[in-house]
Amino acid sequence: MGGWTLSEIVQLLLNGLAAGCIYGLVALGFVLIYKATEMVNFAQGDLLMLGAFMAYALIEHYSMNYWAAFLGAVLFMAVFGYLLDTVILRQVIGQPQFAVVMLTIGLGFLFRSGASMIWGTETRAFATPFTDGVTRVGGFVIADVNLSIVIGTAILCGLLYAFFRFTRIGVAMQAASQNQLAAYYMGIPVKMIFSLVWAISAGVAAVAGILLAPVSLIDVTIGLIGLKAFAAAVLGGFGSIPGAVFGGLVIGVIEQFSGIYLPEGFKDVAAYIVILLVLFARPQGLFGNIGRKRV
Amino acid sequence: MTLFKADNLAINFGGIKAVDGVSFDVQKGQVFTIIGPNGAGKTTVFNLISRIYNPTEGKLFFEGNDITEVAPHNIANLGIARTFQNIELFEHATVLHNLLLGRHAHRSGNLASQMLFLPSQRKAELAHREKVEHVIDFLDLQHYRDTYIVNLPYGARKVVELARALCTEPKLLLLDEPSSGLNTEETEDMAFWIHDIRNELGITVLMVEHDMTLVNEVSDRVLALNYGRVLALGTPSEVQSHPEVVKAYLGG
Repeated sequence: MGGWTLSEIVQLLLNGLAAGCIYGLVALGFVLIYKATEMVNFAQGDLLMLGAFMAYALIEHYSMNYWAAFLGAVLFMAVFGYLLDTVILRQVIGQPQFAVVMLTIGLGFLFRSGASMIWGTETRAFATPFTDGVTRVGGFVIADVNLSIVIGTAILCGLLYAFFRFTRIGVAMQAASQNQLAAYYMGIPVKMIFSLVWAISAGVAAVAGILLAPVSLIDVTIGLIGLKAFAAAVLGGFGSIPGAVFGGLVIGVIEQFSGIYLPEGFKDVAAYIVILLVLFARPQGLFGNIGRKRV
Repeated sequence: MTLFKADNLAINFGGIKAVDGVSFDVQKGQVFTIIGPNGAGKTTVFNLISRIYNPTEGKLFFEGNDITEVAPHNIANLGIARTFQNIELFEHATVLHNLLLGRHAHRSGNLASQMLFLPSQRKAELAHREKVEHVIDFLDLQHYRDTYIVNLPYGARKVVELARALCTEPKLLLLDEPSSGLNTEETEDMAFWIHDIRNELGITVLMVEHDMTLVNEVSDRVLALNYGRVLALGTPSEVQSHPEVVKAYLGG
């Protein structure tokens, strides 16, 4: 650690955690959809991008206040996700996995082109209550945007936990993901439940996009973060919700530190090196249970 | 009083008539059994009743209402529960959680009160838990309460599935081959429970079964099927001595 002060290391750690939260949220979206429907949604990162642009549009074009735009964009994306499942993805149920993969990759392209037609390809930004602010805790200076990402993620995870643990719909989602046939005869409308899972995933992606916006600014390619989030989901075990968030945090932190301690260029590939190592050493991931998946 | 009625039920798979013009009615409080050789269409009739398949022709009535078009997930809300020949449980959950899911159709309250676990929710949950405990007592599952399904022996899973169906408080219980995979002793227990389900809980049972000892022991009425058509309908002894049924089972 020669030459680095504690303050700088803490700073790096916080930056890493903030980035990791975003990966974690996108990874959580992957995992939710995968657990429920056994589909891998490669357009998850692009849902994040659309969520950020929706908030941008509401703030800049409709001059809404940040919080109202936040809520509006998340709700819009949730409805969007619901319709995506009912109108498009339900058509490929029963088709080979490959069809779903191609379909969601295709949808990702569609979303990026759609966004660039509406909002152009230049980088956009909107003002948030956190932009440029700092909070001093003890001797450390923390950027408010990073703080907002960490706190926002914590609140969202808490809400999701309560939702899955206590609510009728949340429990129904867990049931439907374990056994669809049995779920039907417990009175669970399985198809609607799956669409709601898509709605939640898209809503979570939108939250991630809006929290990320002041840090990375918005353009049509920010959805590529989905690739690193995919690595996070694999690290966590691809079937585990806490695993996804934890995997995101690990990758975020590793990325920050490899940018400092390893030669130039390692920062961008750190996530993929981690995914390779995980696949070699522990293919089921840290929290994984894919090995005992129902057949 | 007629609880359930199938009227001229038929379904084709491709060009094959799997079920063809099957009609019967089940009286309240009866144990009604469908028998037949392999491939006779028993399970198909069952899947038609529980709305997995849509009939090509014919109608289904439950308590006098036409349920031919009702979606499978609404069957539970009407008061019909079913078990499966090959057991469909939530395997990565405990016995208790599986049974509590049987209460799903009876849960109420809005999202916010559930997320905050308000006192009203707590009270409702306790009431559900009490119902579940009654069923656990009834079927002697105390020992397995907190066991994960994946760790249970086959015979116990069969009972858990029956328990989960009872937790929905059905008026009509559909049992798909309740004895399949069970040994003789477990089959005797099953007969005993089906008896109690009818006599003590007053639940009407409609089942598909091939173990004739069990069929004779518990059935009030028996329907024999072959090639998707009704061969005979009556008491167990009437049906078993029916020449068409004897022919279907023994060949010739």
